[in-house]
Amino acid sequence: MSDVLLTGPTWYAANGTAQRGDVLLRQGVVASLGSVDAPKDVERLDADGLVLLPGFVDLHTHLREPGREDTETIASGSRAAAVGGYTAVLAMANTDPVTDTAEAAERVLDLGRAAGLVDVVPVGAVTKGLDGGELAELGLMHRSRAGVTVFSDDGRCVADGRVMRRALEYVRAFDGVVSQHSQDPELADASACCHEGELSGRLGLPGWPPVAEASIIARDAMLAEHTGSRVHVAHVSTAEGLDVVRWAKARGVRMTAEVTPHHLALGTELLTGYDPTFKVNPPLRPDEDRRALVDGLLEGTIDAVATDHAPHARHDKEHAFVDAAFGMLGLETAFSVVHDLLVADGRLGWADLSRVMSVNPARIAGLARHGREVAEGAPASLVLVDPTARVTVDRATSQSLSHNTPWHGHTLSGAVHTTILRGTVTARGGKPTAC
Amino acid sequence: MNRHLLSSSDLTRDDVRMLLATAAEMHEVQRRDVKKLPTLRGRTVINLFFEDSTRTRSSFEIAGKWMSADTINITGKGSSASKGESLRDTVRTIDAMAVDALVIRHMASGAAHQVSQWVDASVVNAGDGTHEHPTQALLDAYTMEQRIGSLDGARVAIVGDLTHSRVFRSNAITLRTLGAQVTLVAPPTLMPSGIGEWARADGLELTDDLDSVLASGPDAVMMLRVQRERMSGGFFPTAREYTIGFGLTRDRLWALTAANPNAVICHPGPMNRGLEISADAADAAQSLVLDQVSAGVAIRMAVLYHLLAGEGAAA
Repeated sequence: MSDVLLTGPTWYAANGTAQRGDVLLRQGVVASLGSVDAPKDVERLDADGLVLLPGFVDLHTHLREPGREDTETIASGSRAAAVGGYTAVLAMANTDPVTDTAEAAERVLDLGRAAGLVDVVPVGAVTKGLDGGELAELGLMHRSRAGVTVFSDDGRCVADGRVMRRALEYVRAFDGVVSQHSQDPELADASACCHEGELSGRLGLPGWPPVAEASIIARDAMLAEHTGSRVHVAHVSTAEGLDVVRWAKARGVRMTAEVTPHHLALGTELLTGYDPTFKVNPPLRPDEDRRALVDGLLEGTIDAVATDHAPHARHDKEHAFVDAAFGMLGLETAFSVVHDLLVADGRLGWADLSRVMSVNPARIAGLARHGREVAEGAPASLVLVDPTARVTVDRATSQSLSHNTPWHGHTLSGAVHTTILRGTVTARGGKPTAC
Repeated sequence: MNRHLLSSSDLTRDDVRMLLATAAEMHEVQRRDVKKLPTLRGRTVINLFFEDSTRTRSSFEIAGKWMSADTINITGKGSSASKGESLRDTVRTIDAMAVDALVIRHMASGAAHQVSQWVDASVVNAGDGTHEHPTQALLDAYTMEQRIGSLDGARVAIVGDLTHSRVFRSNAITLRTLGAQVTLVAPPTLMPSGIGEWARADGLELTDDLDSVLASGPDAVMMLRVQRERMSGGFFPTAREYTIGFGLTRDRLWALTAANPNAVICHPGPMNRGLEISADAADAAQSLVLDQVSAGVAIRMAVLYHLLAGEGAAA
């Protein structure tokens, strides 16, 4: 870790005030900002015209290791994350075997450290084997070197109210949080793959009704209130679900929520051609929902943008639509998508972008060394972005081992320029750095 | 016509008229002693059926054979996903044998659309999940017109399990293309999601009152198959309640006949006699059920002819 002088970037205080100057990174922290008295031989990084932000934190990443290393490894996912401006990612537990023990969580942590490009933070399963029945070893996972704080059966809903209640009660002792995949399996079963509405009716695809999401969020809000625990809503996708989150927050329930870039930016009409690239769970929704989600993000009802990065082999996507795998890539495009959609037109300011992509996710996951305001003494886990650059997404060049991006061929405004983890450059110009 | 027949919405009114006219010529051929035409000699048609089917598969097979095409049936129960091979790999393997047409039946909606993007052959959708069955809609239109004349302005009721019916979806499109007035009759649980917007956009009428529809004297009533396993899915309580509400019982047959003596009855088969249609209605003089099967071969000959042989006299 050598010292680095970033020359000329702009950064923002939490209140939105812009500052411009030089930033010296030393010993992995922000040593000084403004007019910096830097040593002559310091490595300089020209950041003129760039915006300096705290590194992004992804609450929702699928890295597929162990189990499906042909589609993503912790190393390849780390490369994708670094290129996407992330300095920490939470790796979901639905691997094979499932991350439901302390040993499994430590293994994920260690593989992340070996890759060394991003802090890979394991998410622990709520129930053993994600089967929704018995609690996994939540306490042991928390007490392990991995210090697991976020628990999720993501991909599946913790549908049993008694199990969810116990999990919430149990993790309260160490201020853990349960991240819930809100999908009532009776109202939207495993085959549900298209927003329930006119399009699903015409296409003859099994419908996924918004009530299947909203009813679980409502139940979980009541359980979180009852237990006094924290609950996090993964990938909220409907206006109905969002209304329940808004209601719960107004009531003082300790509920947080995330939205994915694809649910903000892509609509259900993309399913018209039955292209499984656009098959994701929860499904893409109509424009009314997208607009509501944008409003929810801007007003703060939604705390975070999370990718739900879900790599899949091409052959797992090339089945008939209902048989194809759910999920799409997200790590490498998330910033550009959010910038293109919300920052470029000024709806989301830079400080607010940091709030939803860095500060809040780090707070929800309990990561004290991430999501910190750019200030003297803060960890130098940062990202430089270029708001004037335009990127054309090419799935063939993804750092991920998989290519299932819904953005192939799209040109987006705003690009990640350089990612820095504790003072070390981890990615520059779309390429990860060897370390 | 497009290179593929994937959805009834691929067909313009002129396309449908042309196909029905060609089918009429082909129907003549069926009445000859020697039914063989040289039209598709040297062409290869694969019937790729991932789902059980008797009448559709045999009718495509006969259609191909009567036009001298080499027709080969490939059947596989269960999705290719369960065998570990992707659908794309399966169909590209077959396509690599230089086939001219791929007639595909699959239990998944959209399968024919997807396959059409992966192969060089012309793709004919012979039924995809709960999505569409365009050749069924063509043969229904053909059969109805043979009996009641032009469908332009005719009133057609489609009754039953609309949610799970590809026959309904294709028929609603083709009947509207031909200018028919379409009324959909079903309990609310068997109406497809979003049917309200859909009906407004496409000019379809909706009701759950079969008796009023029959009393208005429609020109044709199309009864859809209701699968008994839908009861366990909670779509309706009992067979008895379904039949009383939505079955074409003997009393309703009489009511229909009283309101319109020329009305006809269709059913795509296989029928659940006693559930959605009474034996009296199924075997009534107004019933077109066997005419539909007979027309199926002529329609499929017409479709293969226009996809593979192009324009000009067919027979």
